[in-house]
Amino acid sequence: MKTDTPFTDWQENELAKSISRFPERREKFTTHGGAEVQRLAVPEEIDNKYLTELGFPGKYPYTRGVQPTMYRGRLWTMRQYAGFSTAAESNKRYRYLLDQGTTGLSVAFDLPTQIGYDSDDAISSGEVGKVGVAIDTMADMETLFSEIPLDKISTSMTINSPAIVLLAMYVAVAEKQGVSADKLRGTIQNDVLKEYIARGTYIFPPRPSLRLITNIFQWCSSNTPSFNTISISGYHIREAGSTAAQEVAFTLANGMTYVQTALDAGLELDVFARRLAFFFNAHNNLLEEVAKFRAARRMWAKIMQDHFGATNPASKMLRFHTQTAGASLTAQQVNNNIVRVTIQALAAVLGGTQSLHTNSRDEALSLPTEESVRIALRTQQIIAHESGVADTIDPFAGSYYIEELTNRIEAEAEDLIAKIEDKGGVVACIEDGFIQRQIENAAYEYQKDIESKDRIIVGVNEFMIEEDQKPELLRVKPEVEEAQVANLRRVKQERNNELVAKRLSELRQCAGTDQNLMEPILAAVRSYASLGEICKELRSVFGEYRD
Amino acid sequence: MEKINRPYRVLVGKPGLDGHDRGAKFIARALRDEGFEVIYTGIRRTPDEIAAAAIQEDVAAIGLSSLSGAHLKLFPEVVKALERRGVTDIPVIGGGVIPEDDIPTLIAAGLTEIFTPGTPADTIINAFAEACRKHFAAQGDNH
Amino acid sequence: MLLPRPAENILLLKVTTISTIIERLKDNDPRAMARAISLVENNDPASREILASLDRESIKSSLVLGITGPPGAGKSTLTSQLISLLRQQNQRVGIIAIDPSSPISGGAILGDRVRMMDHALDPDVVVRSMATRGRLGGLCASAGAAVRIMASCGCRYILIETVGVGQSEMDIVSLADITLMVLAPGFGDDIQAMKAGLLEVADMIAVNKSDLPGAEGLCLDMEQLFHQRNMDGRQHVVKVAASLGQDIDKLLEAIRSLADQHDLKGEKDRRRQIALKRETLDWALETMRPELAVIIQKLQSDQGCDPRVNAETAITEFIKKNT
Repeated sequence: MKTDTPFTDWQENELAKSISRFPERREKFTTHGGAEVQRLAVPEEIDNKYLTELGFPGKYPYTRGVQPTMYRGRLWTMRQYAGFSTAAESNKRYRYLLDQGTTGLSVAFDLPTQIGYDSDDAISSGEVGKVGVAIDTMADMETLFSEIPLDKISTSMTINSPAIVLLAMYVAVAEKQGVSADKLRGTIQNDVLKEYIARGTYIFPPRPSLRLITNIFQWCSSNTPSFNTISISGYHIREAGSTAAQEVAFTLANGMTYVQTALDAGLELDVFARRLAFFFNAHNNLLEEVAKFRAARRMWAKIMQDHFGATNPASKMLRFHTQTAGASLTAQQVNNNIVRVTIQALAAVLGGTQSLHTNSRDEALSLPTEESVRIALRTQQIIAHESGVADTIDPFAGSYYIEELTNRIEAEAEDLIAKIEDKGGVVACIEDGFIQRQIENAAYEYQKDIESKDRIIVGVNEFMIEEDQKPELLRVKPEVEEAQVANLRRVKQERNNELVAKRLSELRQCAGTDQNLMEPILAAVRSYASLGEICKELRSVFGEYRD
Repeated sequence: MEKINRPYRVLVGKPGLDGHDRGAKFIARALRDEGFEVIYTGIRRTPDEIAAAAIQEDVAAIGLSSLSGAHLKLFPEVVKALERRGVTDIPVIGGGVIPEDDIPTLIAAGLTEIFTPGTPADTIINAFAEACRKHFAAQGDNH
Repeated sequence: MLLPRPAENILLLKVTTISTIIERLKDNDPRAMARAISLVENNDPASREILASLDRESIKSSLVLGITGPPGAGKSTLTSQLISLLRQQNQRVGIIAIDPSSPISGGAILGDRVRMMDHALDPDVVVRSMATRGRLGGLCASAGAAVRIMASCGCRYILIETVGVGQSEMDIVSLADITLMVLAPGFGDDIQAMKAGLLEVADMIAVNKSDLPGAEGLCLDMEQLFHQRNMDGRQHVVKVAASLGQDIDKLLEAIRSLADQHDLKGEKDRRRQIALKRETLDWALETMRPELAVIIQKLQSDQGCDPRVNAETAITEFIKKNT
């Protein structure tokens, strides 16, 4: 096929191939006046600079997006993260959502589960079922997915330090349902580095944690080929108060660390790299955020190609989930948050996200109510179906300001990554506090700007009103904790405790070697050993991390 | 009357399991920048640990931060842990994602003040300064 | 912002309190210990009475271990592990953790507590965080007094942990009977830079993170340093992996054995004499400081006059007032 310009070349190849496989949502996209919406606006003259810095959607360096048709083909996934106190209650909600046509579930766990403690541990007191579901043993996981066919849905689990245990429970429950592991689809967050940096639900020191992650990469590449083994998260780094450029830099640096660790363990780059996913924050500064997403995509493509030598295009694509910035929500005049979330969601969409969670207006006060969750989802739907931004691809490309800002964020993030490498890499920089200090300083400056009114937050330091009417709030009942503890006691009584002890001691032994721990952990969860018991064994071998 | 100089020593702690320490760290730094000596406990501390540390460090006030919704249980536990050790004169200030409705309960449980998101740093620092002043005044008068 | 500066004047504690504190110190009451240290730290006149009441024998037989090293080497983790081991051996332990004060506000964030929190519920682990308060000499005095209060209250072992490896921190460490420097592989340039002065301050070196590549080389390097001084390197350099709790016992054994040698050779006494004299000087200066400050404030401020000359005038005035 003869082609005259790179643009027609792209249209006749990548685009045509994509459309033939996945037709666009509509035959024709039109403006309010009926004029046809241009699929992709490009400069009059396509020079080398355009091709190396921007390129076409679905083509290296992916600045304009990872798919050739972007949202004209398929809208982003509207995935709302939700946590309910008990497995039974969550199960009820999941089945309702599935009845409504949902195909993807997103599981939030409570803090004891995230830190590897059982619900009856003294340290769990007051926290059981508070920010998500409590999972102690495989029995809870069975309840959570009762009557939900695990081969038919995709499940996203926000779990990090003990991800290997929860994944094992998920696999074991599927097994019991008669679903083999290779049929399982979903994502585990599994990004432990950002826990030390920003989120705080760490258990073990960095090195053994990285080993667990590599064990997962390895086991999943041969057993669950359709499972995303990690979601490398800048979200929490931003929530902790980083700047946009820091968010990109630290997230990509973490990503590089995971890739290098897996390569060191002998894994094949183009096998595991395509299962890496990312997770970013969408903050209030609309234009900066759009530039940030574009910069991140371009940087990762370059890193994978130039630094690691990836050849498979899928290994170079930064696919990401976005959540709007929880920390930007205000407890004052909560309805203003709907507007904030709209701007942030718009930034994510204009930045080319693959999936999006929009926060609820009342999250600065407590768990969101059903009505608030619905408004948050409606916000996405309005952007998708009414705003028109989903009908053309990367509409901000070529804006002098956006391109300049994209370059600037890239340059700043590159500098930071180089600095981290100079200082011995991410783990060394976590241990001596370099990364945490950078974020703390940025957070402090930001907050001081608010205190001094150099930065206006509507309803907080300007345009305040007296508020009497308090919004309706959702609360977790204290009985949840008692019920969960009683439940755990019963499981511990009914299981074969000799077998549990045997499995735990086997696990402990393996942990001391460099064997892959997935199988011994699977064996332990099948015997109904609890998450806390398993983590206790691992703690005794790996030690515990302290901030 | 002889007088001495004495910087305010306070402790900022995070009871419970949530790792969101942005607020706690901000307050610790803001207090430092106003001349306070701030003992920071880090995340994931039990109420007992916080109380014991506060006593050993001879602080004049304790600040607690929680974002996970466990404040109704954990904040009063700190007050009780102090009482169990015979200490009733170290004021405890709380902050975080706390519904308005919970504030009276917490005050009744012995917390001195509760601050919700969006409170200006000055207000919080003033509350610490006031708590320290009262603490020292009580020391001077009661003994 | 309209806020009284925190370092404001407050009423002195009344005498009855002091006697109560002294009384309760004998029972190792944690609050009495904490309050006693505060009084000393604030140079409250009452501290004299408290310090005079301390048990000299306990102070004499205590072992004061200074722990220092670059940030990130794992100092706090190692300190925490040493505490655990000493506790297994039923020893009461005191810890003084020192952080710098902000030169601008005078405030400080004392964050070393974070890694000590695992011992928070153990009444036999006494932790005190101290800020440098912008007067390192003065800190020497108050840290020294805190050491003695802890020792008198039954702490056989007292660990002083400081951040960084600057000269000022070294002064504080001079309070110690034995100074332990914590290093780790991966700090190549920093360690090279420190090397010259390393042995001036360190009696022992712990090479932490022994599970990492480079630990062995660092160890040999450090042993070599001791050899050059005709000392047995293997006795002074110990490899540990603090986060895994490995070889902490060997380190403690080596510390004890060195301390015993110092004891026998009279080195411990010699060092304590030096430290005492230094502290005495610090106390003397600290005690005179407030009054001197007042005198200097009142001096006729003549722009042309040299500060050194002014100082002499102030001292003459001070002597005149106090005789």
